[in-house]
Amino acid sequence: MTTTLESQFCTFTVAGLDFGVEVDHVQEVLRHQEMTPVPRSTAAIHGLINLRGQIVTALDLRSRLGLPPREDDVPAMNVIVRNHGEVISLLVDDIGDVIDTGDRSLEPVPGTVPPTIQHAVKGVIALSGSLLLILDPDRAVDVPPATPTPGGTP
Amino acid sequence: MDDDAEIIAEFLVESHENLDQLDRDLVALEQDPGSRELLSSIFRTIHTIKGTSGFLAFGRLEALTHVGENLLSRLRDGEMELSAALTGTLLRMVDTVRALLAVIEESGQDASDQVDVDVVVAELKAALEGEAAPAPQVNAVPESVTAPEPVPTPVLEPAPVPDVVPEPTATPAAEATPTPVAASAPPVVPPAAPAVAAAPAAPAPAVAAAAPAAQVASTAPAVAAAPPAAAPTAPAPTVPARAFEAPQESEVEEHKRSVAESSVRVDVGLLDSLVQLVGELVLTRNQILQRTDTGEDLELGRAAQRLDLVVSELQEGVMATRMQPIGQVWAKMPRIVRDLASQLGREVELQMEGHETELDRSLLEALRDPLTHLVRNSLDHGIQPPAERIAQGRPPKGRLLLQASHESGQVVIEITDDGKGIDPARVAEVAIARGVITADAAARMDPRELVNLVFRPGFSTAEAVTNVSGRGVGMDVVRTNLERIGGTVDIVSKVGQGTTVRVRIPLTLAIIPALVVAHDGERYAIPQSNLVELVKVEGDALERDVEFLAGAPVMRLRGHLLPLVSLTEALATGTGEFRDWRDRAPDASLTVVVVQADDTRFGLCVDDVQDTQEIVVKPIGRLLKGLDLYAGATIMGDGRVALILDVPGLAQHRNLAATAAEETARQAASTDRTALLVMEIASGRRAAMPLVDVSRLEEFDIAQLEHSGAGEVVQYRDGILPLVRLAPAIGLVDTPGERSKVNVIVHELGAHRVGIVIDQVLDVVETELVRSDVGRREGVLGSAVVQDRVTDLVDLAAVVELAGAR
Repeated sequence: MTTTLESQFCTFTVAGLDFGVEVDHVQEVLRHQEMTPVPRSTAAIHGLINLRGQIVTALDLRSRLGLPPREDDVPAMNVIVRNHGEVISLLVDDIGDVIDTGDRSLEPVPGTVPPTIQHAVKGVIALSGSLLLILDPDRAVDVPPATPTPGGTP
Repeated sequence: MDDDAEIIAEFLVESHENLDQLDRDLVALEQDPGSRELLSSIFRTIHTIKGTSGFLAFGRLEALTHVGENLLSRLRDGEMELSAALTGTLLRMVDTVRALLAVIEESGQDASDQVDVDVVVAELKAALEGEAAPAPQVNAVPESVTAPEPVPTPVLEPAPVPDVVPEPTATPAAEATPTPVAASAPPVVPPAAPAVAAAPAAPAPAVAAAAPAAQVASTAPAVAAAPPAAAPTAPAPTVPARAFEAPQESEVEEHKRSVAESSVRVDVGLLDSLVQLVGELVLTRNQILQRTDTGEDLELGRAAQRLDLVVSELQEGVMATRMQPIGQVWAKMPRIVRDLASQLGREVELQMEGHETELDRSLLEALRDPLTHLVRNSLDHGIQPPAERIAQGRPPKGRLLLQASHESGQVVIEITDDGKGIDPARVAEVAIARGVITADAAARMDPRELVNLVFRPGFSTAEAVTNVSGRGVGMDVVRTNLERIGGTVDIVSKVGQGTTVRVRIPLTLAIIPALVVAHDGERYAIPQSNLVELVKVEGDALERDVEFLAGAPVMRLRGHLLPLVSLTEALATGTGEFRDWRDRAPDASLTVVVVQADDTRFGLCVDDVQDTQEIVVKPIGRLLKGLDLYAGATIMGDGRVALILDVPGLAQHRNLAATAAEETARQAASTDRTALLVMEIASGRRAAMPLVDVSRLEEFDIAQLEHSGAGEVVQYRDGILPLVRLAPAIGLVDTPGERSKVNVIVHELGAHRVGIVIDQVLDVVETELVRSDVGRREGVLGSAVVQDRVTDLVDLAAVVELAGAR
């Protein structure tokens, strides 16, 4: 898996952590969108947005990764990723640059990192100045349907 | 190689279409064994497949169709007579061809052993043989297994002749001959008679007429002789009778062909994406229109208006591309009915109406299985075997009628048989025995409700489990499948006369009318198909009508108890307890949306009702699939997303099982006191009817009344409500003088509504009813003392009949 990894990543921050997703997975990045909540859905599902006529489910990465909730006055950004032929919005705190990690290698996530995060990422790339967690969009989106399990460990 | 694959794909598509036509033709041929028209069409189809399969080197397919073609050419040329056994053989050949095509589709060649061609080839050859030596066919089969090989060869020799020039000879010959017959036969007959009369009177000028006249004179029945003389090439003696049918058929065929020429094949995926794009465009237009409503920019306003027009038309056009005629489903039916009838030993005449009725392609697909199942049921449980029918003094041939039509934005499909009907008592017995309902509940049901019990899970009345139906799965699955596409199904049956199953489905699933409600700051859409009515309860009524039954809120609605569900609670939004509104200020009110799912009716309490609009249904993502509370989502005019509530899902979620609701709903009716609606008619006379039969009370402006036929009607909801004036209907004189408003009692019977016009409603009373036969007459069951006054008890069934509601 490490060998097939692209070296270009779209980066963003969630609760002070730096994350990256391979650019190929990302369709677009949007500012804050009007959101329709979906009652009785998993806590991580923040709502539905209208993306040019398509209904897109928005997943709150903080909730999904077991991180503390976002403060109310901070609008979330949408990272729109494609997953199993479907389009999903990942809600993040802030968008960073697209960076090229070159030939830096992907290292496994230390076991001391909370399991909710471990499960959703492919590994860590150590950059000069920061540690970039590489998100696995498939697993990050893989929320058990309907039954609200706050931790989100499937 | 790719070219080959493409050619094969085209060949497959074409052949499948042709085979469908073939099925229909063969069954039609059985009804009309001499039709050269049909035989030629069948021959052409098989010939085409044979030719192409030879070209594409599908040896086995070619061998099979080759023999079939020989048999067909014999039949077409009148050298053989078509029998039921022969039709069976031909149908089996069609099936084998189909199986081979499936194999080709899968593997690209037909060499697979999966399909046994030889048996059918042998059967076809035997049939050819059977004609040569008119021995019983059954005996001929074993003999001919080895023998026929050399014999058919000479027979086959002539076949290549039509091969070389098949279209010019076969086609025009078949189409041309019947037409001239039809054209020339009638003129020949009338002139012949005058000729006979003219001959003796003026022999000189009748030179031309003389010869035929002499002939006619010698052969006494002039009229009978004329047609053969005019059409010596006509193959069978039954020409005059058929002459009028044949051109019709060829006309139909010509018509079809021209339709085919004016259409193109389009990939379904492309159409779907177009529909989606148009949906997006519609939403964008809505957003633009909202902005321009207030703007002062005239130019922009005008442009927006044009956009509005164009988009509306575009939407209509694109939606139309999804529409397909139900004839596609009908087309399969003759074959299904034929096979079933012979399997079950029934004689059935199938009639189909409304081929051109169109509905959404996806719905058509979903409709196929339930309809097939219903047809099977009609044949198996409805239409009796011929002997039984004759014993009952009815024609041995049963009738099965399939009808499709559009009715107020829905497609209505009726499957009617003239079989033995469904006995409500028998249904009740079985339902109780199988534990579907309790005896108590059954006793309280009317016959129609009892008959509709067959849709309950685990129910089957078949005394013998047959290969066709009666395995206890079925009708409930039919209903589930139909409900999945937003449809309903309902049975009307008369014992000994037959059964009608009525299926209603929406025209399209992509755009539905829905009621938009506001709740906890969000909007939700409730499909109109689930909607029964809206009730606002306030003031005293809130105190009086809404109660708690062991903590569960219920409402008294016209004598029934309606379970209430708070949307807040169902969706777990907000913190509001349901009890809240009881403690609210005195001006508190409760908005109840009465909804219906399956047999469950309940009231959904919402904050506010907004309006009804057409919404575009969009799927919600995989992540939310597990939630049965929502049927999808839609985008509102302001661009925000609103969820569409799934009413059956809500009911299930709130544990409102069908039986439970029924029990509660019927409690009021089961007491020995009856709730009566007392009304005034005919200048102060009193009449009453059970409150349970009253769906609504309406007041219409006199100007709203319109006429349809002899009766009065009024537009109501999205349909036409037939009206019947109660006074004349029960033998009284209507109150003289016109008033500006009419009071109408709306009575609903299944899908039908009738409006009963009265002077005014006096009261609703709950009373112990002691009926007397005094005053009994048509439309009146008798009379009773209600509120110390003699009151006529209306026989609703008789009055409804008068309205011609059924």
